[in-house]
Amino acid sequence: MSDISAPLPRPRSLVAETVRFYGMWIAVAVVLVALPQIFSSGGALTTFSLIGISIIFAMSYNILLGQTGMLSFGHAVYYGLGGFLAIHGMNMLAASKASVPLPLVPLIGALAGLTFALLLGWVSTRRSGTAFAMISLGVAELVSSSALILRSFFGGEAGITTNRTKLFHIFGWSFGPQIQIYYMVAAWTLLAVIAMYALTRTPLGRMCNAVRDNPERVQFVGYDPHVIRYMAFCFAGFFAGIAGGLSAINFEIANSAYLGAAQSGTALFAAYIGGIGLFIGPIVGAIFVTYLSLVLSDLTSVWQLYFGLIFISVVVFAPGGIAGLLMKHRLVVRAGMLLSVLKAYLVALVPTAAMLAGLVLAIEIIVRHTVNATGGPNINMFGMSLNSASPTVWLLSVGLVLAGYAIAHRTWAYVAHAWDHAATIAREKGYLA
Amino acid sequence: MFELIIISTLNGVLFGMLLFLMASGLTVIFSMLGVLNFAHSSFYMLGAFFGFQLSRWVGFWPALVIAPALAGLLGAAVERYGLRNAHKNGHVAELLFTFGFAFAIEEVVQMIWGKSPMDYRVPASLDFPAFTVFSTNYPAYKIFMLVVSVAIFAALLIAVKRTRIGLIVQAALTHPHMVGHLGHNVGRIFMLVFGFGTALAAVAGVIAGPALITQSNMASLLGPILFVVVVVGGLGSLPGAFIASLLIGLLQTFAVSMNGSLASVFGPLGPDHAFLSDIWDVTVAQIAPILPYLLMVLILMFRPMGLLGTRET
Repeated sequence: MSDISAPLPRPRSLVAETVRFYGMWIAVAVVLVALPQIFSSGGALTTFSLIGISIIFAMSYNILLGQTGMLSFGHAVYYGLGGFLAIHGMNMLAASKASVPLPLVPLIGALAGLTFALLLGWVSTRRSGTAFAMISLGVAELVSSSALILRSFFGGEAGITTNRTKLFHIFGWSFGPQIQIYYMVAAWTLLAVIAMYALTRTPLGRMCNAVRDNPERVQFVGYDPHVIRYMAFCFAGFFAGIAGGLSAINFEIANSAYLGAAQSGTALFAAYIGGIGLFIGPIVGAIFVTYLSLVLSDLTSVWQLYFGLIFISVVVFAPGGIAGLLMKHRLVVRAGMLLSVLKAYLVALVPTAAMLAGLVLAIEIIVRHTVNATGGPNINMFGMSLNSASPTVWLLSVGLVLAGYAIAHRTWAYVAHAWDHAATIAREKGYLA
Repeated sequence: MFELIIISTLNGVLFGMLLFLMASGLTVIFSMLGVLNFAHSSFYMLGAFFGFQLSRWVGFWPALVIAPALAGLLGAAVERYGLRNAHKNGHVAELLFTFGFAFAIEEVVQMIWGKSPMDYRVPASLDFPAFTVFSTNYPAYKIFMLVVSVAIFAALLIAVKRTRIGLIVQAALTHPHMVGHLGHNVGRIFMLVFGFGTALAAVAGVIAGPALITQSNMASLLGPILFVVVVVGGLGSLPGAFIASLLIGLLQTFAVSMNGSLASVFGPLGPDHAFLSDIWDVTVAQIAPILPYLLMVLILMFRPMGLLGTRET
């Protein structure tokens, strides 16, 4: 929605723009270097490493979904094959005593991802839309089932292992301690993110967006959408391979789960929950999803259910993802209406939170009575210990859900009203809606 | 050999008809709503689990009717309150909604029934051998499954070709907007079709449950094969889905019963390399699970539209 009469943003000087742009990347680099100084525990470093890998994977996925409009259910194929090839590469390098240091190993993964994307991509990208989604799923099943048949290469159910410290040591780094792995992952993440950002600025990146928005017009201006989808697919495979290689280094093992549907789902969840419409979305999503899965899996045995529910809510209520949701508020902030919107949020927060708490309680009660019956009747929730066998607690959960919904329903209308009001004022002040 | 061919053909046709029970619903839903129902195989799984639970409470025969009805109601509710809300965000959002829903259903089923297989037995009244081919007893229950799926197929065929509702559905397959313009409540038709399609998948689940394994991963095992059927048959083509269902049913059943491998044919020429000998020694039965996907890749290479498909997306 562009309005010609709208005021243009004030042009900043070229120098200021350049400083701002490079300053941002340098700031990110500084943060990445400084992070282990602030959170130095082993658990934190492992989490950061996982988040870094997840960021690359989710962003590579977004080259497909966000930038080219291809919904893939089989992106883990390139991640997994990258991981397997990286493990085999490490074993070979260690055996031959070649002077190739560990930080170059993700390149093996990247090339593996690229090679297989080149091989499988031409057939996969032949069709777009829903057909592509189904085909990507079929190809993923083909590869992950084959992995169980070709035992000598994929190691069957157990997978194959390696030892990352056996490689050539550079600068005296053995890459045994997690902190060294963290720095390597951080460096690769920064490099990959910069490369993927650069990719969006190339003519190819622009044509990808065009293929997403209107493939027919792309044909009119003389491009073949199939070729562009194929190229985007290859780049996505390349970066997924880097993530897979890093993951193989981090865990020192690769097994068939690397290639599976669940792994593909992780990339989809991270990218979509973060927001596929913005470059920063998958980064936000990867951090959120990785952190949440680590925290939730400690708290409850059905964390994946919560995950699915969060995903469904994002799809229905916030298709722009977390980043999209935040960006929407920029307009409100500019119009100086943030306070009134926040006030509406606060009003809605209480009943909505009560409803969600009731829902969580209901799920946990069911879990206690079915799969997790051995753990005793008590549920520890929100710092309280509730007896899942007592009808009072059942009534509490049902009451919370029903009453919460009844009240929350009205407050949502209030929020929508406050939003409309803020958006109207923003429009009057000349900011685009 | 002859015995093997007869038994495998029967089993293959049976599996194919079961696939078609699901693929037909999926195809009609896809053609009308434009959304690929990722959760279709989840309704098949729900049918099996509802059938298992209800047959414990009220017996198999009432369960055969009640379980699909419940699943169909749930399906209609999902369309009305979930999909329709996701619809305003586009087709990708709809597909992702069903994807998230399939994910959540699997977790809920695991939460309620656990991860291990259920003890879902063939009802006593059908637990006898129907006939004997040479030395193999063919169970009556499988004949029952075949009869049910063929009966539903015939009823569907008549309903689609001969009734007014069928006429509207047929029209909505090719010209959904025109049907709306003609004053039909397209929203309600969508809800009914979605509910009916998911109920059909649940019927397949109820009758397949005792014969196959009723387990919380049955949806994720079958889902991809279902999509292969729809892609191979041609998106949105019912006859195509029928042919592809039977083709894949027969292909998989015959492959499972064969033990040949490259090594057994060319024995002494086998390669020394470990990776190559993996390929050399693998039996046809072992590659049976990947055959549908191989077929899909071949179809995509030589006939990207699918066997009888006409639509590009």
